[in-house]
Amino acid sequence: MNQEKQIPMPVRYLINIALLAICLVAGNLLISGGFISSYYQKILLQVGIYIIAAVSLNVATGYLGQLPLGHAGFMAVGGYTAGIFLKACPLTGIPAFILSLVLAGIVAGIFGIIIGIPALRLKGDYLAIITLGFGEIIRVILLNIDNVLGFKLTGGAGGLMGIPKYTSFNSVFLCVVITCFVIHTLIKSRHGRAILSIRENEIAAESCGINTTYYKTMAFVVSAFFAGVSGALFASYLGILVPGDFGFMKSIEILVMVVLGGMGSMIGSVIAATVLTIVPFLLQSISQTVADYRMVIYSVLLIVVMIFKPSGLMGTYDFSLTSLIQRLINLPSVHEGVAKKGDGRNE
Amino acid sequence: MSKMVPMPSHSILPQRDVDKTPILEARLLGIDFGGLTAVDNFTLTIGRTEIAGLIGPNGAGKTTVFNLLTKVYQPTRGTILLDTKDTSGMNTIQVNRAGIARTFQNIRLFKNLSVLDNVLIGIHNSMDYPLVTSVLRLPQYWKQEQEAKEKALKLLSIFQMQDLAKYQAGALPYGAQRRLEIVRALATNPKLLLLDEPAAGMNPSETAELMENIRQIRDTFQIAIMLIEHDMNLVMGICEGIAVLNYGRIIAKGTPEEIQENPAVIEAYLGKRKEG
Repeated sequence: MNQEKQIPMPVRYLINIALLAICLVAGNLLISGGFISSYYQKILLQVGIYIIAAVSLNVATGYLGQLPLGHAGFMAVGGYTAGIFLKACPLTGIPAFILSLVLAGIVAGIFGIIIGIPALRLKGDYLAIITLGFGEIIRVILLNIDNVLGFKLTGGAGGLMGIPKYTSFNSVFLCVVITCFVIHTLIKSRHGRAILSIRENEIAAESCGINTTYYKTMAFVVSAFFAGVSGALFASYLGILVPGDFGFMKSIEILVMVVLGGMGSMIGSVIAATVLTIVPFLLQSISQTVADYRMVIYSVLLIVVMIFKPSGLMGTYDFSLTSLIQRLINLPSVHEGVAKKGDGRNE
Repeated sequence: MSKMVPMPSHSILPQRDVDKTPILEARLLGIDFGGLTAVDNFTLTIGRTEIAGLIGPNGAGKTTVFNLLTKVYQPTRGTILLDTKDTSGMNTIQVNRAGIARTFQNIRLFKNLSVLDNVLIGIHNSMDYPLVTSVLRLPQYWKQEQEAKEKALKLLSIFQMQDLAKYQAGALPYGAQRRLEIVRALATNPKLLLLDEPAAGMNPSETAELMENIRQIRDTFQIAIMLIEHDMNLVMGICEGIAVLNYGRIIAKGTPEEIQENPAVIEAYLGKRKEG
C-alpha cells in the first residue's frame, strides 16, 4: 500500500556530508578571497559558539524538559579549563587545541554529574534556583580562587590573559557539526527516547522500566559537555577570559535562544542562536543607543513569541534535508503528513 | 458481535509454561496515608495465566492496590511475591523489569511522541546497545532498532494500529489511546499486566472488541492479567476470578457467579434494604 520511495540511509548520509563539505569549502573560499571581512568572521565565529551553547542547552531544556539556569557556569568551567590547559601545555597548534576542547568538555561534564545528581532530584522552579546558584558559585570562585590558592590560576577579576587563539572558522564549523550530529543521533536512539519519555510523563516512563535518574543525569552531562566545548572555543576565540563574561545574564541569553527557537527543536535553536547573535551587531551598526536597548528588544521579542506561538518559532519540528527531498520525490501522491519527523538532519 | 482480530505470531514474547502456579501473591498488604488506612489486609493470589478482576465502589482503593503492586506507593505492611520473588525494597522501575506492567486510569501516554516511539520506549529494556553505539550508529544500532521496530509494529497489529504508527500519540481518539497504552505495557515483556479501567469511555461495541482482545492477549502471550473495571459485562464476561474491594478491604473473592450472588457485594454496591 505504502508506495513512498525511501532514500536509503547511506545516500542520506552522503547528501548531508556533501552539503556540509560544500558549506565548509565555500566558507573557506569566501574568507580567503576576502569577501568576508575579519569583522564578519568574528560574528560568524560567535554565531557558531552560541549555536553549540544553545543546542547543548536544548538537550536539558527541550528534550529532558527541565529548566536549568546555570548554563553559563558550564561554559565558564569549559572555558577556564581550556584556557589554563592551553597556557600550561607544552604542545602547541591543532593537537593542543583539540585536546583542550575534549578536556574542557570532560571537566564540564564532571561538573554536570556533580551538580546534576543532587539538582535533578528537584523539579521545576527548584531545579532552576539550584542551577542558578551553581552558575553564580562558579563565577564567584573564578573571581576569588587566586587569593585562596596563593598563586595565579584564573587571574581573578583581571581575567585569564594570553590564551593562544586557535579558534577559526574551520574548527568552529566542525564543532557545530559534531555537536549537532552527536545530539541528533543520541536523541534518535533508545537513550534519546528514554530522555524524551521523561519530559513527556515521568511516572509513565518509570512504569515502562526507564531508569529516570540515570537518563536525567545523562542528558544533563551531555548538555554540560557541549557547553564546556563552546566555552573552550570562546576562550580560544577571545584570548582572554573574565568571570563577568559568564554571569547570570549569559545563561538567560542562551535560554532565550532555546525558548525562542522552540524547545525540543534543534533547527530552532540553531536559527534562534544565529539571529540573536547577529542582531546586536546589526543594532550596533545602526547606532550605539539602539544597541543599548538590546535586552528590551529581546524581551519584547520573547513576549510576542510566547503570545502567538508558545511552543517557540519551530515548535518541536526538526528540519531534515533528505526528508525534504524525499517528500519532493513523492509529491504527486499527496500524503497528509502528520507529525512526521525527519531523521537525517543538518544545518 | 466482536470482530475477530488476527493475532501476531507467538514469537513476539518468549513462550512461558502454561500452569496455574501463582505469578503474584499479595499477603496482608496495607498502606496508611497519615492516619488514614487506604488499603488493609489485602491478600490475593493470581495464577500464571489467569484473568482476574478487581471491582468495588468509587474510592474503594482499587487504584491504590495497583500503585502498591507497582511500587508507586511503598506498602506500609505486607509482602508482594512476584513469581515467588519478594519485591520489597524494589522501586517502580525494578518491579517493571521483574515483570509487572500497567496502564493508567487517566491515560499517561507520551503525547508529543509518535505512536511507534511510545511502543519503542516500552521495548527500551529489551535493547542493550550502549550510548557510544547509538552516537556512532554502529551496525548493532541498526540491527536492534530494526528488530525493535518490527516487534513494535507486530504488537500494534494486535489492535490493528500498525497503520497509525507515524501519528502523534496525543492526536489519537480516546479509545485508541487506551489501546496504545496496553500495547506499550505489553512491550515491556510483562508476566502480569495490570489494566486500570481499560474500557472507560468506550461504547458497547468497542468494549466487546476489547474483551476479545484481552482474552487473546492472555492466550497469545500466556500472561496473567488483572483489571479494574466498572463495566460489569466486561468483568463478568472475561474474568476467571474476581475480588471485591470496599473501604480498602476485600469483602468477597470468587468466580463471577459467586460474586454476583454474594450479599456483601450487593450491599456494598446497592446498600441495605430497609427492614419493615
